Amino acid sequence: MENWTEEQLRQILNGYRKIVGQVAIHQLEQLVEPLRGSKVVHVNSTREGGGVAEILHKLIPLKRALGIDARWEIVEGNEKFYECTKGFHNALQGNKVDLSDGLLRAYEQTNAENAERLRDVLNDADYVFIHDPQPALLLQHFPDRKGKWVWRFHIDAGHPYRPVWKYLRSFVADYNASVFSMPQFAQPLPHPQYIIAPSIDPLSDKNCALPQEEIDSVRQRFGINPDLPMILQVSRYDRFKDPLGVIEAYRLAKKLTPLQLVLAGGGASDDPEGQMVLDEVNAVAKDDPDIHVLLLPPDAHRTINALQRLADIVLQKSLREGFGLTVSEAMWKGRPVIGGDTGGIRLQVIDHYTGFLVRTPEGAALRTRYLLHRDDLCHEMGERARRFVGENYLITRHLREYLTMMLSLDESSPERIEVWKGSLADAR
Amino acid sequence: MLSPPLETSTRDTDVTGAPDSEQRQEFTLRDCALIELATGIKAQNLRELHSGLGQAPSTSIYHHFWGRLLRPQFDEPEYNNDLASWVYHALHDKTLAERLSILSPTDFDDLELLRELIIELVEERLEETEGIAWAHADNMFHFQKAQIVVFDTGMRFDSPSDLVHQFDSLSLGSIYYHFIDARSRTESHCDDFSAWLEGFGDEHINLIQKLCGMDPYFSSLGEIRRCVSDILKIYFDEVNRGKLD
Repeated sequence: MENWTEEQLRQILNGYRKIVGQVAIHQLEQLVEPLRGSKVVHVNSTREGGGVAEILHKLIPLKRALGIDARWEIVEGNEKFYECTKGFHNALQGNKVDLSDGLLRAYEQTNAENAERLRDVLNDADYVFIHDPQPALLLQHFPDRKGKWVWRFHIDAGHPYRPVWKYLRSFVADYNASVFSMPQFAQPLPHPQYIIAPSIDPLSDKNCALPQEEIDSVRQRFGINPDLPMILQVSRYDRFKDPLGVIEAYRLAKKLTPLQLVLAGGGASDDPEGQMVLDEVNAVAKDDPDIHVLLLPPDAHRTINALQRLADIVLQKSLREGFGLTVSEAMWKGRPVIGGDTGGIRLQVIDHYTGFLVRTPEGAALRTRYLLHRDDLCHEMGERARRFVGENYLITRHLREYLTMMLSLDESSPERIEVWKGSLADAR
Repeated sequence: MLSPPLETSTRDTDVTGAPDSEQRQEFTLRDCALIELATGIKAQNLRELHSGLGQAPSTSIYHHFWGRLLRPQFDEPEYNNDLASWVYHALHDKTLAERLSILSPTDFDDLELLRELIIELVEERLEETEGIAWAHADNMFHFQKAQIVVFDTGMRFDSPSDLVHQFDSLSLGSIYYHFIDARSRTESHCDDFSAWLEGFGDEHINLIQKLCGMDPYFSSLGEIRRCVSDILKIYFDEVNRGKLD
C-alpha cells in the first residue's frame, strides 16, 4: 500500500482547499477531531478498474491527511469467485441469475481464506467498510471484532433478483450499518441505512486541468477527426452500460448530423464478461471509421480526462447504474451529459438543466442532434453541470458524510451531531 | 410546539447561536449539513402512502417537509414538499398534490397534528377516486429521515449591525441551521437571530417582529437569505437615519 510523507499529505489537503474552499475543509477538520487516530479499513475486490477503486485511491490519502489511520485491503479470489460475484452483480441489478452451489461454495471459501489473511488488520480496526458483495461474508469470520462494520453497496439494487438477495441478506444483516447511493436502492435491513452518493476527485489525473498539447496529442493518437463533432461514452464493456444502444443512437443521429463516436473503456479485474461485450461492440462497429472503440488500460486516467475534454457531448446511456462516476467527471469538465434515465444518473443529470435523461437510443439520438445544433444551450448546460458537481459530488462532500456516519455510529442520540473545535470534548 | 426532528433528546450544549446570559452580546454562527437515511418504508400508490404515513417516524415527516431546502435543486419546485411532489410527478394526481402542497409545517405546533392532517387528506382523496393510480416501479416514494451535523464557522458577532455586512455571504447551511432548525430549538419557535436580539431587551423589538413574521416554508434558503438581508439593511438604515436626525 502506498505511503505518504507528512508533506505530501499537507499538500493533498491544501490542494482540496484551493478547490472547495476553507469552509469545507474546516468542516472536515471538525468532524475528524474525535476520530483522529482511528483505524479505518476499506475492503473491496480490486485496486484497478471501476468506480469503487477510483474512489478509494483518493479517499484513503484524504483520510490520512486529516489524521485518520486509513488503509485499503482487497480480497483475492479465483476464477470461480469472480464468476460468482459477477453473477451477484447482474442478479442484484435485476437479472435472473441462478448461481450453482459450486459457485456459492467458492464464494464462501474465498471469503473464509481472505478472513484468515486479514484477521489481525480487521480485528484491530475501529471502523471497517466492506464494499459490495465480494467481501460481504468477511464479517461472519470476525466474531471478536471490536470495531463498527459498515456494508457499502454501490450498485443499483432497487429491484434485485430475490433468491440472490435473500442469500446475501442473511450475511449483511449483521453489519452495524449499510450505505446505499440512493434511497431507491435500499433494502429492508435491521440496521441504519445511510444514503450517501459517491463522488469524484477534482485533483486526480482523471479530473485535473490538462494542457492543450496533451489533449491534442490524445486526439491525434486515436485518429479523432478535429473537424467532426464528437460524442463519447466512457465505461466498462458491460451490457448494463448499453454500448450497443449508444452505437444505435449515434447511427440515428448521424443520418442528419455528421459526427463521430468514441467508446472508451477498460476491463476491471473482477469482471469476466468484459471481453465478450467488447467483441460484440467491435463486431457492430467495424465498418464505420467514425466509431472509435478504445480499450484502455486501467491507469489511462489522463487519456480519459482528455477524451472527456475533447467531446462535445458525453453519453452514459446505462440501463442500470449505481451512480456512474463518468457522469460527474464529464460534468466537472463542463460537458452536458445525455444519460440513461436510471439509478444514480438521475442524481447528476437534472433533465434539461445539466443534460438530458433518456430511455431509448432514439431519445439519445434526438438529444444529441438537439445539443449539436444548439451551441449556446450546450455551453450553458455544461456550465451549470460543472457548478452542480462542484457543489454536490466532490470527494470532500462524500468524506463529510462518511465521517458524520462514523460519528453517529458511536452516538446514543445520532439525530444531531454537534462538532466544533474547542468545545468538542464537552460536546461529546 | 413543533416537535424537534429528534427521536432522542439533544445534548445540553450551546448550539442555538443564541447567547447564554453571561455572553449575551455575542452571536455564534453555525453551519450544518444533513445526511439522509432510508427508513425502509415505501409506497407505490395512495393506499401504500397512507399506510407509510402511519408508520413513518416523525423525523421522516419533518424531513420530507424541510429537508428539500438543503437538497441539490435548480428550479423552484412546483410543490413545496416531497409528498406533494411525488403525488403529482409519480401518480399524476394534481388535486391531491395541490392540497398537500399548501400545508405549511409552521402552522402546526406538533408534527403529529401535521401527520394526522396529511393522512386525512389522503383518505379523503381515496374516497373521491375510483381507481388507484400506481407509480412506476422505479419511482416509488421512499420515506427517509435525516441526521443533522452542526459545525462552528468560527464567526462571532458582537453587534446586530455587524451581521448586515456579512449576511449575504452566509452559507445556505448556516441559513438552514439558524432559520429552519432553530424553529424546533428556540423557545419562541422562531429563528436564532431573533432569540439573540431578545437579549438586547426592547432595543430591536421591531426587527424581531419582522424576522418572526417571515414564513420560511415557501422559500428557498437563498430567498430566505435575501429576504433577511433586506430586512436587516432596511432596519439598520432606518436606525442610522434616526440617529442622524
